[in-house]
Amino acid sequence: MTQTLAALAAAKSQQDYLWTLNFGPQHPATHTTLRLVLTLDGERVVDAIPDIGYLHSGFEKLGERLDYNQYVTVTDRMNYISPISNNVGWHHAVEKLLGIELTPRGKYIRTIVAELARISDHLLSTGAMGLDVGAFTFFLYAFQERERIYDIFETLCGARFTNSYTRVGGLSQDFTPLVIEKIHAFLKTIPHTIDEMEKLLNRNRIFVDRTKGVGVLTREQAIQRGASGPVARASGVPRDLRKDEPYLAYGELKFQVCCATAGDCFARYYVRMAEMRESLRIVAQALEKLPGGPVNVGIDERATMPTKQQVYQTIEGTITHFELVMANRGFETPFEECYGATEAPNGELGFYLVGDGSNIAYRARCRPPSFLHFALFPHLIRGHTLSDIVAVLGSLNIIAAELDR
Amino acid sequence: MTTTSDIVAQLQSHIAGVTSSEFRGETRVVVPAGSLAQVFDLLKNSLGFDYLVDITCVDYLSYRDARDRFGLVYIVANVETARRLTVRAMLNEPDLVVPSAVPFWEAANWLEREVWDLFGIRFEGHPDLRRIVLPDEFTAHPLRKDYPLQGRGERHNFPVIRRGQG
Repeated sequence: MTQTLAALAAAKSQQDYLWTLNFGPQHPATHTTLRLVLTLDGERVVDAIPDIGYLHSGFEKLGERLDYNQYVTVTDRMNYISPISNNVGWHHAVEKLLGIELTPRGKYIRTIVAELARISDHLLSTGAMGLDVGAFTFFLYAFQERERIYDIFETLCGARFTNSYTRVGGLSQDFTPLVIEKIHAFLKTIPHTIDEMEKLLNRNRIFVDRTKGVGVLTREQAIQRGASGPVARASGVPRDLRKDEPYLAYGELKFQVCCATAGDCFARYYVRMAEMRESLRIVAQALEKLPGGPVNVGIDERATMPTKQQVYQTIEGTITHFELVMANRGFETPFEECYGATEAPNGELGFYLVGDGSNIAYRARCRPPSFLHFALFPHLIRGHTLSDIVAVLGSLNIIAAELDR
Repeated sequence: MTTTSDIVAQLQSHIAGVTSSEFRGETRVVVPAGSLAQVFDLLKNSLGFDYLVDITCVDYLSYRDARDRFGLVYIVANVETARRLTVRAMLNEPDLVVPSAVPFWEAANWLEREVWDLFGIRFEGHPDLRRIVLPDEFTAHPLRKDYPLQGRGERHNFPVIRRGQG
């Protein structure tokens, strides 16, 4: 940073009409802890240098000390506005490494919770973007619905925010009738709220003026700069891992990939709103098709905790339980490495895992979508005004905890 | 339509010493670190891998049967066909310099900075190779396996700036 700042100062001495402005790390409009060093010509942004790392807490190093089940609590803290998506992403990669095939019910439940998390993420990201550009009511509408999703998750696993819901080969809890009832109630009310939210902003003159044509990302640049998820789709890149590499139950459910071609902030907002409706379709279909049976894989996989009855009445159950709870044992992993990716609300969330025989990863690399999205921020903001920064930041949905890990 | 094995065969016909393996439906190739620039060119311009998913690194210091210290991992994909390929290159001390992938994929910019920051592998030709998540004053590369997990560490030596001085 020092060298770049020195270079900036040298350039500034030649162009002494330029201003340097420090934005963040503690600033209400960044929402999270990130810093930008802006070079301004009047109100125009000439250049922006992102400076990250304020929330770096060594998550990848922690992954080399915590076992595959313990680490799920750390993934909660990555993209903390949709923790369950990270749980699903982490255990998707772990199960790929271990070669575990989930039970049908486990797959469907994970699909449902991942899509609910996507809705809650999109509600917050569009809501906060609206808040930043002046639409306060919109934010309240979004938060009201988010509260219902928190309520569903609380009924499901006891935690509202940091759910840690998945386990290797299964889930911590099965769906209860109450959860299903709550999801049905949510599915009834939210389409109306989304309609109202769209009515508030889609043709709102202030919002449209502040977001249309701002922060344009072309299709070529989106591919070249590694954008994924709604950011890439708003630029006309139809890349969605749920369709491209169907995991969980996505292959059996009908939904569409929402795309826009403009690539500006409005397109990103619009894609997120459209994706929420598709997620609702997925949840409704998955609930309807929800298969019966166990949520965890069988005891011969030696991955999930057996039920109490199995422990007491079968020898395999007793052995599995012993293997899993003893500190020096645990399940076995191959001496292999693999990359498992899921479509998180923000984009492609991938984990590169190296197994070394034990139940602790040798290397647990996380590929966070925000990291690549924030890298393209200077490209998007150049030439726009200072007040457009919040619109662009809001539309990229940068989560610093995921960015810095 | 070309298959993944065609792609591997093409890589092998252009570059000597390319080995490939398959695991859980993923194709991985190991290429010599010296020919990485040529590999990037082939992947991007002839084989259609226009999307760089990830660059990361693994330190094999205490790994069973490992002969090389570092394994650099590039994951590339094609946006149209959604095909993926994992490209690995093995590196050993003291020769920890590889050509940068930024001229081919702009996405490599921050990813390479992160690998430099946490593993200490230099990328030649990178436009702005600085530390990214750790502060500039940091001297070590903490994701290496020989980095101590206990002790006071670099943080203890950071300069203290008081209000009014900085």
